[in-house]
Amino acid sequence: MPGVPAHIGAFHTIGVDQLQLLLNALQSRGYRTIAPRIMDGAIVYSEIAKIEQLPVGVIDRQDGGTYRLEKVPTSGYFDYVVGPQSLKGYLFPPRETLLKSVRKNGDWQFTVPPVEAPPLAVLGVRSCDLHALAIQDKVFLGGPYVDPGYQARRQNLFLVAVNCRRAAATCFCHSMNTGPAARQGFDLALTELSPDFLIEVGSPSGGELVAELQLAPATPRQVEEGRVISDLLVAELQGRAAKASNEVSAPAESPGASGTTPPIRERFLDTTNIHGLLLGNLEHPRWQETAERCLACSNCTMVCPTCFCAAVEDVSDLSGDNVRRERAWDSCFTAEHSTMNTGTVRKTTASRYRQWLTHKLATWHEQFGTSGCVGCGRCITWCPVGIDLTEEVVAIRDHDGAKARNEV
Amino acid sequence: MATKPSLAVFKFASCDGCQLSLLDAEDELLAVAGAVDIAYFLEARTQQVGGPYDIGLVEGSITTPHDAERIQEIRKQCRFLVSIGACATAGGIQSLKNWADVNDFIHRVYAHPEYIKTLSTSTPIADHVKVDIELRGCPINKYQLVELITALVHGRKPRFPSYAVCVECKRRQVVCVAVAQGIACLGPVTQAGCGVICPAFNRDCYGCFGPKENSNPNSLVQHDAANGIPRDHLVRLLRNFNAGASEFRLASDHMERSVSQS
Ligand code: SF4
Ligand code: SF4
Ligand code: SF4
Ligand code: SF4
Repeated sequence: MPGVPAHIGAFHTIGVDQLQLLLNALQSRGYRTIAPRIMDGAIVYSEIAKIEQLPVGVIDRQDGGTYRLEKVPTSGYFDYVVGPQSLKGYLFPPRETLLKSVRKNGDWQFTVPPVEAPPLAVLGVRSCDLHALAIQDKVFLGGPYVDPGYQARRQNLFLVAVNCRRAAATCFCHSMNTGPAARQGFDLALTELSPDFLIEVGSPSGGELVAELQLAPATPRQVEEGRVISDLLVAELQGRAAKASNEVSAPAESPGASGTTPPIRERFLDTTNIHGLLLGNLEHPRWQETAERCLACSNCTMVCPTCFCAAVEDVSDLSGDNVRRERAWDSCFTAEHSTMNTGTVRKTTASRYRQWLTHKLATWHEQFGTSGCVGCGRCITWCPVGIDLTEEVVAIRDHDGAKARNEV
Repeated sequence: MATKPSLAVFKFASCDGCQLSLLDAEDELLAVAGAVDIAYFLEARTQQVGGPYDIGLVEGSITTPHDAERIQEIRKQCRFLVSIGACATAGGIQSLKNWADVNDFIHRVYAHPEYIKTLSTSTPIADHVKVDIELRGCPINKYQLVELITALVHGRKPRFPSYAVCVECKRRQVVCVAVAQGIACLGPVTQAGCGVICPAFNRDCYGCFGPKENSNPNSLVQHDAANGIPRDHLVRLLRNFNAGASEFRLASDHMERSVSQS
């Protein structure tokens, strides 16, 4: 019999078999259950019916422009980190029809298609992505214009977070204060203790499920074990900056140099005065240097869990009597994005890269009161040529034109 | 356009695949035939009506002295001239002859080379006359073709993306073959519009829609080469249906020089 709902902040334990019961309970409440699965060599979100479908014993190796899965039998159910997708596509679909208009006998009839918002339960969400979701909430739900589709889907979302036990080389959540431990914004949060999981209650509906499944309360020792896992990872991420400064800065390898492979860069980002730094260096030569590598392909913005730009287009059929207003993901790296009747404003790739980075890391603060970056590292991994925003900031900081001007 | 605009379809050096896309637009074909007056289309009708025409679709590249004259006449006959397909917009696969000695080919292939009158190059339509709109692809995409006709019938600009295949690829949530498998993919430097046919089938884009705006193939192939993809493979990847497009041509020449140096 379901007892009193477990209170927010309570810790229980859940075995692997009981995880299946959790899935069943969510499904019986009408949720489609989504979880990490392997597809075409990457971890993606996909519908899941059985817990065995989770990619157990697999980790991901990520670096600039490369992503590979590796079998590591000793690893657990969630020891890979984020894949190319985030929650973004579920709440803000890549394509959506906003309006339909039909002309009959010279009169236009407009209909707003019903919002599609099936209840979704997503298992395996990381702390960085919970923060990204909070940022997207500000974008789509804050202010006077609320996006009705986003709002309906957001209300029907149930989130089972997972606390990371390892980080990829591209992760820098700790630098952005967004992880690695999930603190809020979830209904339930799992920490894998092997063999069982610690489960933390984050919302009343999460508490009801814990009660329904009659999960045993965690012992103080188990709670402590969970905390240590996150603390160890924090220490590792904190240590990256120190480790990097200890390494003698060796001369950069020329690309394709045979023999030694350069060590994988473990990312972190020094955000000290980042707003002033970037806006004080709008004419820095680095923008042009990066533009020579950048393909203006938009991959970084498409995979970014906080990027929200869209293009709205009216699509008509040949008769001109049936018109759909469609919204699709767009990017500040396309020419269309800044094209007005007088032409394209950001013609050069340098101006587009600068727009992206300064918005993401600096002017986002004015606009939304937060950084636009949660340190998930996706833009680094999924950039076809491995352009790395953390390296860009270092390059600008190393030759800070604004500081130099002030010192003259 | 108050009356139905007239449409003419012309062919130069090409495989006919692009014009067949029009006939292949089965669901839309009747609507197209209702919206325009198909006046000249050798593949589609037995009787041909003379010019002038409102819309001229030109398939194929210019490879003979006769072609070079004929396209001038066609331009005069058409209010809107649209080049369709990689042959017409970039010179096609046959522009590989631009890197070779055409007389050598002729002497190897033909018993009577003296009958052959050909140019030493295969060039896009826009090298010869003003082109109003380009429809990319090998072959073109039928939805883009229908969009073109829709736009011209209603007197607006067609909506053709100038951004990378990657934008469509990510909208479809395809896992990137370049990043996840280390395959050289031309998607980041190629114009969208095909609907991401190739990466959706878990293979590389080979650039059949030609360069996107601000295309930077040099950076892409240098990166691929640094990751161990053979340079001669990268040269061949760029010298495909759009070998003659200047961005791809320059990057392939640059990569080829680095092959001979290495
Ligand atoms: S900018 Fe990059 S690292 Fe930051 S949130 Fe976006 S994808 Fe993640
Ligand atoms: S930074 Fe990378 S992913 Fe972003 S547009 Fe440039 S090349 Fe593409
Ligand atoms: S698979 Fe090719 S087209 Fe798709 S995102 Fe990757 S590089 Fe771009
Ligand atoms: S993915 Fe590339 S090669 Fe394949 S059809 Fe599209 S543009 Fe052509």
